[in-house]
This record gives sequence, structure tokens and C-alpha cells, in this order.
Amino acid sequence: MSLEYNHQQVASIIAAQQSRPGALLPILHDIQDALGFIPPDSVSQIASALNLSRAEVHGVITFYHHFRTTPPAKHTIQICCAEACQSMGAEQLVKHAEQRLAGSKQGECALQPVYCLGLCATSPAVMIGEELHARVTPEKFDRLLKRMGIKP
Amino acid sequence: MSIMIYVPRDSAALALDADAVAQAIRAEAARRNIDVKLVRNGSRGMLWLEPLVEVQTAKGRLAYGPVSPEDVVALFDANFQNGGKHALGLGLTEELTYLKRQERLTFARVGITDPLSLDDYLAHDGYQGLRNALTMQAADIVQLVTESGLRGRGGAAFPTGIKWKTVLNAAAAQKYIVCNADEGDSGTFADRMLMEGDPYVLIEGMTIAALAVGATQGYIYVRSEYPHSISVLNEAIAVARAAGYLGSNILNLGKSFELEVRKAAGAYVCGEETALLESLEGKRGIVRAKPPLPAIAGLFGKPTVINNVISLASVPIILAKGAAFYKDYGMGRSRGTLPFQLAGNIKQGGLIEMAFGITLRELLYDFGGGSASGRPIKAVQVGGPLGTYLPESQWDTPLDYEAYTALWAVLGHGGIVVHDDSADLARLARYAMKFCAIESCGKCTPCRIGATRGVEVMDKIIAGQDTPAQIELLRDLCDTMLNGSMCAMGGMTPYPVLSALNHFPKDFGLVNK
Repeated sequence: MSLEYNHQQVASIIAAQQSRPGALLPILHDIQDALGFIPPDSVSQIASALNLSRAEVHGVITFYHHFRTTPPAKHTIQICCAEACQSMGAEQLVKHAEQRLAGSKQGECALQPVYCLGLCATSPAVMIGEELHARVTPEKFDRLLKRMGIKP
Repeated sequence: MSIMIYVPRDSAALALDADAVAQAIRAEAARRNIDVKLVRNGSRGMLWLEPLVEVQTAKGRLAYGPVSPEDVVALFDANFQNGGKHALGLGLTEELTYLKRQERLTFARVGITDPLSLDDYLAHDGYQGLRNALTMQAADIVQLVTESGLRGRGGAAFPTGIKWKTVLNAAAAQKYIVCNADEGDSGTFADRMLMEGDPYVLIEGMTIAALAVGATQGYIYVRSEYPHSISVLNEAIAVARAAGYLGSNILNLGKSFELEVRKAAGAYVCGEETALLESLEGKRGIVRAKPPLPAIAGLFGKPTVINNVISLASVPIILAKGAAFYKDYGMGRSRGTLPFQLAGNIKQGGLIEMAFGITLRELLYDFGGGSASGRPIKAVQVGGPLGTYLPESQWDTPLDYEAYTALWAVLGHGGIVVHDDSADLARLARYAMKFCAIESCGKCTPCRIGATRGVEVMDKIIAGQDTPAQIELLRDLCDTMLNGSMCAMGGMTPYPVLSALNHFPKDFGLVNK
């Protein structure tokens, strides 16, 4: 898939980071933070700047769960599905969330599992964007959706 | 004089609206013309009480919690800012049994100080360890850490002093200190609480490690799921550098140490030390074959100390108070304290730093107060997603590295996840395989293929298809993973799977066992 992106912006991110040892991850983070994702077409630009093969850069992007190569939804909702949250009803929360978001507009909400947010004594835990929420009952989840302006 | 009010900035408190509570306190104080100084401290670790608001009084700090933004007006009406009575009042924080019974060495300051105030850190015995270290020979620092009995708190429990000695003795122009802050285990949050609640102690510990082995550059590899830890560390590093505690001439004594935070990218396997080093080098987090040990050929091929957050943060108190002081805590070959993290289905979850030797039953009931649901506790997973599920018959064994090894269990990073009797251990065993399949780095076959086959076998067992034959297959598969995997990811996934099977056979459809 070809997605337009600002080459100049990516070039300046690369230039700012490339002299650091092990620069690839910091560069990918900065690109994703700036653009919301890592455009697939930027792979060759990054690879040539760091003297890596495109396969190496592609391999790193796809190895890590954090990096994405398509634009994010307006809201990314991550529900922790690890053991501590499971013990407090995370599975039911995921089902509830799937039902609530089933009718939402394309590209509005992305529901993703995450494996531990470090809020294991106040589970179930949810991260919306970079905002954390703990002890999330289905009712609290609905309140959060309402606050985000999402109609269930 | 202004009244000091503490509202934690720890992630767990923030996830429960602590920012809104702080804002409401500021607004209400202003409305009533009350002069309040608000401190955003770390968490005391009594997480069922978060947000826990404290007020400084002549008698000491009084606790109120859990406080919601809607409670704030009533708290002021009750004159809580002067210690007035309110239904949320808990009394003196330090007198709460949950805290009072603890032995806080590594977490001595967490929840008490303003995490970013260097003055606060210094006023609470901060940087005494480094001051002592600066007067010592490198080999003597290593010797002291060895004598303290400190073992790696990340999970492997390797003696820290021996690791440091290997790096000290390795000749190289460049050496590194790497802090493993990729705390991915479910049920653990000690690293996070420490980084957010007392970042300077980690910085001090890493600086001492650098002096001990002759390293000049350090990296803290923090998981991307911990944005607050990353920002607190970055701020603290800048303050420490400006005050001369980091940089090219530490405290004008000619020693140099630079420190940098690196953000991980959501791969559990990067908590494995060699995968972490690969990731720091900008590559996929693929496990390396050992030897060579990271102590000989680590980051960028150079001798590297790689330690967990809690290991490094325990070093300053050892240097400040001596090896004997630290070694005095604990039992057998498990010396000092471990910050246990009580999580999952538990009424009073939180951080409990105690000397080794306490039992699970004491943690579950004396501290935890039983399950959150009020139902009987069925199984407890100790040591993260690769840890054993322990049935009640094993809850009286002291928490000690060797005693747990004898149970075919691990203490790991001290995470304790509680499940009540509604838990289905077959489903949890399936989850363990699934987690391994998702997070495997893919380098070795037993882990990469074994975990996927494991999910399939568990699906058949859960569906009741040919159970005896599938159980035999599962045991055979676990044997291959245990003995054939390159690292703990595949090598320890059988711990939760087989312990669930052995202790809870009914859940697997085995009745006459």
C-alpha cells in the first residue's frame, strides 16, 4: 500500500537521530509520534540513511507490536488481557467493548489487546491513547466512551 | 504557613483520576482562601486505597482514601486539611498495618518524597551510597555488593556482585551499564512504581555500578507501555546532570557517567537480556546464544552490566549502610528484601517489600485480606506469566529462591497474581501457550512452533477431544520446550501449563487423578 508522507519531515527526524548508537528504534518512534504511523514507503529512505537493507528496517518495524504502518484510528483503546486483569473480568470487558464498538464508524475506534500496563492491583486496566484507566467495569467503560464522544 | 497535601502521580493513581483530585483540591483551596502546597508524590503502594491523599500535620502525615474528585468538597467541609474527621480518613499513614509491617529498604522513599525533587532525595539519605562509592576502589565496591548477597531481582536471581566482577575484569575501552526496565510480567509493577516514585535511586545505583566496573555510558530500556516512567526518568536525569551527579565530572571528582532513556516498542521477549541488547542496538529483539555472556560481549559487543531496576535501585542502600546491614534481612541464600506485588483478584492489592522468608499465605490474607470477589482463592501464580500456579497446599512455603525451586516454582520478579475459584486453569494454561506464541522471538523451534502446537492441543483438551492422548502430547511438548528452548520464554512456559495440569487436573477433564 502506498501512503503519501512528508519526506522532508522524515529526513529531519533521521538527521536528528542518526548519529546515536542504535538509532533505528528512536527514529521509528519519532516518525510514529510525528505522523501517527510509519509509512511503508519511508522504509527505503530510513534504510539508505542508516546503511541498512530495506529488509532489516522492515523486519524491525514488523517485529515490534508498538509500530504500525497504517494511520491509526481516531481513538486507540487498549484493554489489558494479561492474567491479573483476566482474574478481574478482562475477558467480559473485551466482549462488552466489542459489542459497544460494533456500530462505530470506520476509523473511529481501534480496539486492541495489550499485555500488561503495570496496573495489576487495580485491574482491569485500559489505555486510551496514552491515558490510563484502572478498575474499569463495563459501566465505567461506557462512561469513558461517552466522554470521548463515542455513541455506543 | 501553607498546608502540605500529597496527591500521588503514580500511574495507578493517575488511572484512578488522581489528576482530577489534585485539580479539585487546588480549586477548592483557592475558593476557601486556604494556602495549600500540593506535592505530587509517588505511591505508598496501598493500591486499593488510590488515590490516597495525605495531609501533613504536626503528628505526622494523615491518610484519606480512596478519594474521588467528588469527595473533595466534603473533605474540606470536614476540615481534613487540619486533620479533621471524615469517612475516608485512615489515620496516620505510617501507622497503617499494611505499611508498618513492611521492611522498606529499596522503597524507603517511594510515596514519601516528591520524586523529582533532588533536595527531597538528599534530605532523605539520597546519594550517600554514591558518596561512599566515590571514595572506594572499584574492586572494593564490587566486593561489597557481592558480600551483601544481592541477587538479580529481574527473575534469574544471579548474584549481582559476581556479574559486576566479570565486567570489571574484562579489559575494554568502553563498557556499559544497562538497566532492564522492560517490566512485562503481568502482576508486576515494582519497577514502574520505583521509577515514578524515586527515580534518583535508580540513577544513583547505575552510577555506582558504573564506578564499580569502569563504565561511562548507561541506558535505561523502558517499556513503551510506561509513558509516565519515561518522562519522570528523563526529567530526573536532566536535574541530576545539572547538579553534577551525572556527566563528565561527577561531583568534581573526575569520574564520568552519561545516562540515557531508551523507549522499548512492546515486545515481551525484550525483557530477556540478550534480546534487550539487540533491541538497544536497533535490531529485532531476537535472543542471542550464550556464551558469550553480556558481561564479556554485551551491548555493541562490549562488556556490559545488565541488571533489573530493583537490583540497581537496591545498590545505594547497600553502599550507604554496608553489606552486613542488607544481608541481615532474608533467609538462606536469599538475602535482603524483595518488593512483592500483590495483584489480580485480591482485596488489598499493592506493593509489599519484605525480607525473604514470608509465606504466600501471610501475603494473601494478612496483607491482601483475601480475594476481591469474596470467593475462595483457588490458585496463585507467582513470578509472572512464566511462573507456576500454586495451589493452597503450597502457600506455607517461605518465599525464598531455593525453597521455591524445590517446589518447581520461581519467585521471578516478585509478582503474585491471585485467582478465585471461578478461574479455569485449563483456560489459563491455554493462555500461557497463546502468550508464548504471540511473544516468541522466533529464533528457536521449541518456542516458536511449540507454543502454537500447545494452543492447538489445549483447545482439544478444553473441548474434551481424546483427552488422555492429548494430555500425553501436552506433556511431551512441554518436555521439548523446557529442555530445548534457548531462553526462558519457551523454556518456562511449561511452568504455568504443567503446574495447572498437575495441581488442577479436574479443570483439564481428568477426574480420577
